Amino acid sequence: MSESELHGCPVVDRLGQQVLFAPRARYQSVIKSLLADGYEMCIDLTAVDYLIHPGRSLPAGVQPERFEVVINLLSIAARARLRVRVQVPEADSAIATLFDLYPGTEAMEREVYDMFGIVFTDHPDLTRILMPEDWDGHPLRKDYEIGRIPVQFTVAQASAAQATLGATP
Amino acid sequence: MSILDTIEQGNEPEQGLKPRSELTARELLRDVGSVLRMSEADVAKLGQLPQDASEDQTMIINMGPQHPSTHGVLRLMLELQGETVLRCKPIIGYLHTGMEKTGEALTYLQGGTNVTRMDYVSPFNNELVFSLTVEKLLGIDTDIPERAVWMRMLLSELNRMSSHLLFMATNGMDLGAVSMMIYGWREREEVLRFFQKVTGLRMNHNFIRPGGVAADLPAGWRDDVLHLLELIEPRLDEYDVLMTGQPIWRERLQGVGIITAQEALALGATGPILRSTGVAWDLRRDQPYLHYGQLDFDVIVGSYGDAFDRYAIRLNEIRESMKLVRQILDRMPSGDYRIQNKKVTPPPRARIDESMEALIHHFKIFTEGFKVPEGEVYMAIESPRGEIGCYIASDGSATPYRMHIRAPSFVNIQCLPHMMRGGLVADAVAIISSVDPVLGEVDR
Repeated sequence: MSESELHGCPVVDRLGQQVLFAPRARYQSVIKSLLADGYEMCIDLTAVDYLIHPGRSLPAGVQPERFEVVINLLSIAARARLRVRVQVPEADSAIATLFDLYPGTEAMEREVYDMFGIVFTDHPDLTRILMPEDWDGHPLRKDYEIGRIPVQFTVAQASAAQATLGATP
Repeated sequence: MSILDTIEQGNEPEQGLKPRSELTARELLRDVGSVLRMSEADVAKLGQLPQDASEDQTMIINMGPQHPSTHGVLRLMLELQGETVLRCKPIIGYLHTGMEKTGEALTYLQGGTNVTRMDYVSPFNNELVFSLTVEKLLGIDTDIPERAVWMRMLLSELNRMSSHLLFMATNGMDLGAVSMMIYGWREREEVLRFFQKVTGLRMNHNFIRPGGVAADLPAGWRDDVLHLLELIEPRLDEYDVLMTGQPIWRERLQGVGIITAQEALALGATGPILRSTGVAWDLRRDQPYLHYGQLDFDVIVGSYGDAFDRYAIRLNEIRESMKLVRQILDRMPSGDYRIQNKKVTPPPRARIDESMEALIHHFKIFTEGFKVPEGEVYMAIESPRGEIGCYIASDGSATPYRMHIRAPSFVNIQCLPHMMRGGLVADAVAIISSVDPVLGEVDR
């Protein structure tokens, strides 16, 4: 594992892929510098919930937190990829949006918000994208029970249906 | 403050539209906004249009999710002024079944059955990117037998053909060229018949697995492929006669749904959409995986970024794939089709009767699965729709800690509002079709 530095952040080689660990406070400015460096596309933005796997290997100086936002950048001119990982604490799970730099992250950030509950500050339309608007919880969190099936019918609808049935004996 | 409150207070900002030529890409994407950023609840509160609707009144209507041209269950909230589309918001999630969450509960061997169902039109590409990622984590990515690598290329190229043939069919259907629909389905069925012979299934094969492929090619496969190529080649020329040069077809597609290279890059669009704007970016050539670096093929690019370019690119990509398949046929090596690593590959059935170790390995692989070292990796390949990527974070157990698929359609449908802005509702259908989204992959 060889370490170097880029824009004041540690860069680690993981299985031949470059991974940059950006601090949350400087995240937006680091990505802005990377955009200026020629990473003109944000290919992917996702997150990982490290709730039940806290002991992952991180470079010195990076404090592990529960959530991690993972961004994959692509430079078409240099044919290079760079992955940026940002630690996001559970207590204050908010991070700056990349919408101003890469408008294509709009849907991806909405998905991460929907699935993990990470708030992207200044996002233009931070609403649920895959789950219904009134859904409770964030499904890809590790403490969200798998196989939990909510009841889709409300009490009011059920009683209305019963009333209709009762009216025609 | 929601848009409703502003309307009620009577100080709604002017929604004047500058001509497209006066806007920079950045303004288009952010400030003016082709994207309708209103929640469904807000729209529902707007209610009926007043009886004496003035000329500059806009109307919000839903297209989909059951509209036949939305290719599944895509719903578009369109803001219209007369017949002109001003803003639009794609609403997705109708097919969401939590496949990424399911992936965390399945072992790496079972994972293929899950990912193959995401982009159900090009299942081999999904399996391939998943397998490449797992192999990278296992550190066996350079030990995959040659025959398996070439078989993977053969199948993913044939899959690109079948996927683009399906696009030809649906694109024709959406624009009223119904004969094209029949022809496209017919040719695609020929390819699927070959898949059925090789894998046993027409779709959702789970054939490309970590460590290689599930089985060797059946006897007579070479003749089948040659027959397929001979059959499809003249049919593509027929498509040219039927559609490419036809005035109605050109009128419907040319200049419709234009997107610039700058916008496509900013929105993260890949595949035929990015290439239609003139950016020659194809992962098979630019970041070669498998043995694509050894093969000779052209990357098809457009110049106008319109729906016609995207149609023409896909048609010619079928030809390029056929060129690739012919080269693969010439170079298909003999040998093993999966890695001989007992931790990853189950032993052959016959060995189980003879060897205790084989029985144990068989039992362990199918009950527990194999353990993958801790780490995280992102791999990307060129699917027919663009870059499909797989990000797996492993905690050292037999199931992925987190499995994420970067679905090209999910990102590409963000282009829809920008392509539709200022166009007609009738063109919206052509535009959705030209983006060619697969909703199984959008919603996962």
